[in-house]
Amino acid sequence: MWLINSPIGRKVVMSLTGICLILFLTFHLCMNAVALFSGDAYNTVCAFLGSNWYAVIGTIGLAALACIHIVYAFMLTAQNLRARGSERYAVTSRRPEVSWASQNMLVLGIIIVLGLGLHLFNFWYNMMFAELAGIATPIPPTHGYELIQQTFSNPVFVVLYIIWLVAIWFHLSHGFWSAMQTLGISGKIWLKRWQCIGLIYVSILMIAFVVIVLAFVFGLTNLCA
Amino acid sequence: MDTNISFTLKVWRQNGPKEKGHFDTFEMKDIPGDTSFLEMLDILNEQLIEDNKEPFVFDHDCREGICGMCSLYVNGHPHGPAQGATTCQLYMRRFKDGDVITVEPWRSAAFPVIKDCMVDRSAFDKIIAAGGYTSVRTGQAQDANAILIPKENADEAMDCATCIGCGACVAACKNGSAMLFVSSKVSQLALLPQGRPEAARRAKAMVAKMEELGFGNCTNTRACEAECPKNESIANIARLNREFIKAKLAD
Repeated sequence: MWLINSPIGRKVVMSLTGICLILFLTFHLCMNAVALFSGDAYNTVCAFLGSNWYAVIGTIGLAALACIHIVYAFMLTAQNLRARGSERYAVTSRRPEVSWASQNMLVLGIIIVLGLGLHLFNFWYNMMFAELAGIATPIPPTHGYELIQQTFSNPVFVVLYIIWLVAIWFHLSHGFWSAMQTLGISGKIWLKRWQCIGLIYVSILMIAFVVIVLAFVFGLTNLCA
Repeated sequence: MDTNISFTLKVWRQNGPKEKGHFDTFEMKDIPGDTSFLEMLDILNEQLIEDNKEPFVFDHDCREGICGMCSLYVNGHPHGPAQGATTCQLYMRRFKDGDVITVEPWRSAAFPVIKDCMVDRSAFDKIIAAGGYTSVRTGQAQDANAILIPKENADEAMDCATCIGCGACVAACKNGSAMLFVSSKVSQLALLPQGRPEAARRAKAMVAKMEELGFGNCTNTRACEAECPKNESIANIARLNREFIKAKLAD
């Protein structure tokens, strides 16, 4: 199977799962953005998804994507370390053409997974999981808006979430164009275009997430209510 | 007029692929700025031979930047700090008086050290042997207008073909990946009509051989491109990915 036993195939799997995860982030942002305008509308979105069968299937699919992406990341890194050999260079120097993020994707990925763990604990555990398992939570699972308010009333979470979002920005600043390069839809001209498109797209995504977090901190949400 | 410089030279000494290596330090005195890096190493070796010591082993051949034989990881860069140039095209005027210059071999599992800074790069020959050629019988030389080739494609193919197979891309890559080399060698043929009939087979065979020889997976860090003495572009890697994915989907 070339998606497992060829170097390009393995990278294709990383690219496709990565692109799907970026699309999910976009979907996630669209939902969160609702909370900026109306808490009630946001809670309606939470109720619509909740633990309904389509949301559960979506979550399982998403978990599968993330797991494949992470398992392949470790597999590729192990192979790459082996290919590098046991002896390290005594002197190393990075050219300005080589981005810092591109050489630290695994480290950034690990930070993202840790942040994801926190995020699942803060929200998913108290929402979909609580509904599925029938656990009584202080805030009802469909009251997502109140749950966000409560979470970001703690400044520690605010700082951790912003660090997490910055790590995702760095990861995607390389990941986006790298995915296109791996899929072969790149070249001398399109490489620069993908880098530009990726940087703008990823910056919009991440700045919007940070804005939502800060809006909750400063009470600037529910603007149209 | 270049001035003469004196500097500390640290070179990697290793007796064989399985032996433990170490750095030897030498003080180099009054080296003229227009000495090439390899000539400077020749000066070192003359001193060592006069002192009845074992000379430092390094690869070299044409000394004009086209054979791909010289290697050396100088101060953290394959082929030294200059870009778009091989080690033999590197001159001592690039360095300053009192510098410490560290010379290491290409470090990659697929390039075992033979001795000191000479590494075994025959893995590249094996990749070429796996498919980096055309086996189509083209007969006599064709009329120039018999096979039409767009000028851009001919130029691009020529740029790809300037890859000298020195291995700097592998040495620079944190993943020990040979993708820039393989993609250049696939591209130089994929871009021309004569290379098309075997394009799919070639891409698959060369990538499979690369994997078998223990080279790593490309993560698009662009370190290879930044260090390549022939300025090969990672657009070649995108082309190889395209050729390979197309070939696999057509299986």
